[in-house]
Amino acid sequence: MSEKYTDNKIETKAADTSSGSYAPPVEKIPAKESPEQELYHAKSFWTKWVFSQDAKVIGVQYALTATAIGMIGLVLSWGMRLQLGFPETFSFLGPATYYQSVTMHGMIMVIYLLTALFLGGFGNYLIPLMVGARDMVFPYVNMVSYWMFLIAVLVLIASFFVPGGPTGAGWTLYPPQAILPGTPGSEMGIVLMLISLSLFVIGFTMGGLNYVITVLQSRTRGMTLMRMPLTIWGIFTATVLALLAFPALFVACIMMTLDNLLGTSFFMPEIFSMGEKLEYGGGSPILFQHLFWFFGHPEVYIVALPAFGIVSDLISVHARKNIFGYRMMVWAIVIIGALSFIVWAHHMYVSGMNPWFGFFFATTTLIIAVPTAIKVYNWVLTLWRGNIHLTIPMLFSLGFIVTFVNGGITGLFLGNVIVDVPLSDTYFVVAHFHMVMGIAPLMVVFGAIYHWYPLITGRHLNQTLGKIHFWITFVGAYAIYFPMHYLGFIGVPRRYFEMYDSPYMTSGVGLNQFITVAALIVGFTQILFLYNLFTSWYKGEKSERNPWKANSLEWHTPEYPPVHGNFGKELPVVYRWPYDFSVPGSDKEYIPQDVPQSQVPTAKAEKT
Amino acid sequence: MSQFDIKKLPQGSKGFVHDLGSDQRVFKGVPWGKAMMWIFLLSDTFIFSCFLISLMTARASTTIPWPYPSEVFGLTVFGTSVPLLLIAIMTFVLITSSGTMAIAVKYGYEKNRKLCGWFLLATAIGGLTFVGMQAFEWSKLIFHDGVRPWSNPFGAEQFGAFFFMVTGFHGTHVSIGVIFLFIFSRKVFRGDFDTGRRGYFTSMKSDYEAIEILGLYWHFVDLVWVFIFAFFYLW
Repeated sequence: MSEKYTDNKIETKAADTSSGSYAPPVEKIPAKESPEQELYHAKSFWTKWVFSQDAKVIGVQYALTATAIGMIGLVLSWGMRLQLGFPETFSFLGPATYYQSVTMHGMIMVIYLLTALFLGGFGNYLIPLMVGARDMVFPYVNMVSYWMFLIAVLVLIASFFVPGGPTGAGWTLYPPQAILPGTPGSEMGIVLMLISLSLFVIGFTMGGLNYVITVLQSRTRGMTLMRMPLTIWGIFTATVLALLAFPALFVACIMMTLDNLLGTSFFMPEIFSMGEKLEYGGGSPILFQHLFWFFGHPEVYIVALPAFGIVSDLISVHARKNIFGYRMMVWAIVIIGALSFIVWAHHMYVSGMNPWFGFFFATTTLIIAVPTAIKVYNWVLTLWRGNIHLTIPMLFSLGFIVTFVNGGITGLFLGNVIVDVPLSDTYFVVAHFHMVMGIAPLMVVFGAIYHWYPLITGRHLNQTLGKIHFWITFVGAYAIYFPMHYLGFIGVPRRYFEMYDSPYMTSGVGLNQFITVAALIVGFTQILFLYNLFTSWYKGEKSERNPWKANSLEWHTPEYPPVHGNFGKELPVVYRWPYDFSVPGSDKEYIPQDVPQSQVPTAKAEKT
Repeated sequence: MSQFDIKKLPQGSKGFVHDLGSDQRVFKGVPWGKAMMWIFLLSDTFIFSCFLISLMTARASTTIPWPYPSEVFGLTVFGTSVPLLLIAIMTFVLITSSGTMAIAVKYGYEKNRKLCGWFLLATAIGGLTFVGMQAFEWSKLIFHDGVRPWSNPFGAEQFGAFFFMVTGFHGTHVSIGVIFLFIFSRKVFRGDFDTGRRGYFTSMKSDYEAIEILGLYWHFVDLVWVFIFAFFYLW
């Protein structure tokens, strides 16, 4: 144990590998800085499982709620695809239903599914376990965060049942059309959508503050920032982005609600409707677009950065090799996060903003390709000569890399103003963002669920069903979105209810039908996945402790699966990063984070 | 095992690097709640910035002239019209309440229960006075001058919209602060922070750090007011 805090650098001597002789670093454990966290010990069923203050339970609650609303988003996408593939066939699909499906599908998938699942679900479950904390720093606030999210979801669902139905303004909710008659749901739907988003932001802020402070201020002894798993780095950075980006959405929602209910004209210009001049005048629709995309672009990385982080860990664990360029990976995450705040207007090249803006925003947008490319190279280099186990998490991770590269490259097209102008508002854009922020993060979500399901339930998911799920989802996703790139190139506009007899649709009709069939198959496969998720909970094959032989702390709790308080009597002490796989000189195949060097004296581990 | 001693940590830029590279805490010796309040205030700063930037956009692009503030916000006292009189008093009261808050925090750290409680109460009353005067200002603008969120007799209609939205949002912040100031002054008088009485909702103990955290929020609300004041009344 240490004498004085100031004397003890975590390792006083670096391993000198250049001279050939290897001296194991001297370990000193830093003194404890914080008193033991006092936890609320629930006794009744209600406080244990329903109004729970345990981050693990809250994480599962978030994940289940997000999945439930996500299934509604999935069904809505079927409605869209049926209309596009087989127009004038289904009587239940009219233009209004179509636009409402488009809008709700987009908003549900981006915010209520992916954001909530990555940050609320994985964030809550993994942050305290991975940094070695007993719980989030403010469990009560964390609980309220989930219930605000649930209320936001319920308000969103309520909009399906009000007169006029949910809003059909497109997920970007651009005014003036979002609140004017003629747009589906301009009566109550749009108001409920705006209220739901505001509630989501409030709820998320409560959770987000918890995640940030837990990472910054509540790590265990020896857990330096540069020893955190990349999962935590991804979730942490994404949460910081969310705390700074959601305010813009919140403000935009308040202003549009006032435009709608009070008759202010923040976003409403002088406007004629049905030949009559409206009361509105003097507002700026472009202002809404700036506010929306100041939130909207960081939102892409709020979804992508946790995926980057998680996939790094999955690849490293399942290829039994340390992550290539850990520090580079951390800095890439941070730089992507910072850059994401100065690229928003690349969504607005054709909005009528000052054309000179395009120069600036195209430049910053294309600079993001540098850190993201670093990440992709590092994933590939991690795999290179690794001991690759083709487990289901690994399959999904490989699927992620391919899909992300694909979506990233189409992103380079769209980042350039001159290429974006003809492609904007075509199916090329739909294909691009579904690849890069739909399919790619979802691949990681699935991989992460197959990876951490044993930790949560103590049982494995069914492997056969899992492999079927992977292959159909992966191949199916390409069957859906590859043809869409082509549709975009021949100029098929997005958001159109029907193409009728447009001349350029001659080659597009069959493709649209093909896409629809593929989408239905992929969709039904997700139901298979849900079946697997629920039946494996009590019927799945029992998992031994630490089935993937991972190093990070969540697999090394005294109880397995971890219980309330996470770590038993004493919090673990961390001596190394979580990537010590196949360390030269060690007789162990992997060295967990809480193993001191004295127990593995011959291991020539990286100094971290 | 030795005790953690914050005084022995490296200082200055070396200390910054040391703290970032260290384990457990990035902000050494900073309680969780205080760090959380700072991050929340950063997030809240973005909300107010979005409001004020939107105001600047509207004001810079309006084709109808923007109302002249000294005329709109003037008060007639004893037959003479004094520009910005009410707003000067409001600002004075709010800034003064920041002073009493700071004194309350000082007495909190000295564990001076009585004085801490009284100064919290004084701060709460200052905040309440501010909200009351704001309500008076609003009612004067609405009922006397006919200013509405959707129109006003002085010029561009966005003026009323932004004025009511931004001052309303700030007033909500002040009101929430006032509620918490009353609750915490009661807690202090009752001696919750000395006896370790558990919170009603969280069932957790708290101490005088909570007063400083509340103080951070209150000073932030005052600081935001300075910007709102500049943008609405002086521009």
